[in-house]
Amino acid sequence: MTAIVDVQDVTKHFGSVAAVDGVSFRLEEGKIYGLLGRNGAGKTTLMSLLTGQEFATAGDIRIFGESPVENARVAEQICFIKESQKYPDDFKVKHVLRMAPRFFPNWDQSFADQLVAEFRVPLDRKMKKLSRGQFSAVGVIVGLASRAPLTFFDEPYLGLDAVARQLFYDRLLADYAEHPRTVVLSTHLIDEVSALLEHVLVIDEGRLLVDSPADELMGSATTVVGGRDAVESFVGGREVIHRDGIGGLLSLTVAGLTAAERATAKAAGLELGPVSLQQLIVRLTAGSTTDFTENAPTTPIPEEARA
Amino acid sequence: MDESRPIFQQIAEQIENDIIAGALPEETQVPSTNEFAAFLRINPATAGKGVGLLVDAGVLYKKRGIGMFVASGARARLIAERRDRFREQYIAPLLAEAHKLGIDADQLARLIHDTTPEESHP
Repeated sequence: MTAIVDVQDVTKHFGSVAAVDGVSFRLEEGKIYGLLGRNGAGKTTLMSLLTGQEFATAGDIRIFGESPVENARVAEQICFIKESQKYPDDFKVKHVLRMAPRFFPNWDQSFADQLVAEFRVPLDRKMKKLSRGQFSAVGVIVGLASRAPLTFFDEPYLGLDAVARQLFYDRLLADYAEHPRTVVLSTHLIDEVSALLEHVLVIDEGRLLVDSPADELMGSATTVVGGRDAVESFVGGREVIHRDGIGGLLSLTVAGLTAAERATAKAAGLELGPVSLQQLIVRLTAGSTTDFTENAPTTPIPEEARA
Repeated sequence: MDESRPIFQQIAEQIENDIIAGALPEETQVPSTNEFAAFLRINPATAGKGVGLLVDAGVLYKKRGIGMFVASGARARLIAERRDRFREQYIAPLLAEAHKLGIDADQLARLIHDTTPEESHP
């Protein structure tokens, strides 16, 4: 596999704030990546750096082997669909679609026409008069029809209804299968896209938290639920990703249980639950736990009180 | 999709189910990886990994330039494998729950008999 993006120890400061903080990773050709993280985690800044729209404070970025800054050879291979793209005031949808082929050598006009019809975008309306969903749809159309070897979608679905989002995922998958390319999807609708992703990057407070194949992440964590003592003794010294508790009940999320360990847990009467990619990322980036043990009654309810 | 296991394993199981049910007869062509991906709305690489599992297991085989086919004898082999796992996968949890509720083996057997549709009784 060829790495088309190579990021080495990149940092971006805005004043005293490190929006991106010592991040290193590579993106390989022909994969769909998920760039996940909370609002303000640094996703958009990172994509702006990769597309040459921001300068890194420190570190090295290579896109197709070259620096992306002020580089036309790199720029024509990249499409960056921003959440809040700016257009000239009197620009209509048709103007945007007429300009796009000049920027993207692989532009497919008939695919663009098909998408315009499917997303029901009014060609004659001014960009600034569009609803949020229509505005997003224009971005999705440009992003897909550009067929750029490296395409970034930054929260591409804002305002899109469920039907339009599904249409986006379907067209993306079908077109990607026919014209393989590298796609980076930045999103917080993780459950909706998790099956589309081949590889996942999670960024939190400017740092890279996870860089892993999606199918290794999914199913990598398990929630163990049961009585406090039983759960604690089963989990032992393992790293706990997340902790929830109420009264005598404890729920711990841990990584990488073997089949034998699962059998042991079940034999001990513990319940094992799956952790979705979204739950896993929430737990990795939430930085808080909810354990109500202090205020809760820890003594069992007397038999006669239950009846 | 069930979230406790990797998607590619589930794809492989779905294809196995179709072979066992006869929806994908032996020596017929199975859909392409991209068709599976589009239909199930998953990444084509994931679908490819699921199909790859079945190729490694000899359930599917590749005809160069044409596509993937169901191997001869695949159905009988899959059924034998599933039967081997049946006790551990279905009977063990059933007994555990029955035990929890105080249902003994005789009562359980009667329940199974009573729940089985008439026509499948021998």
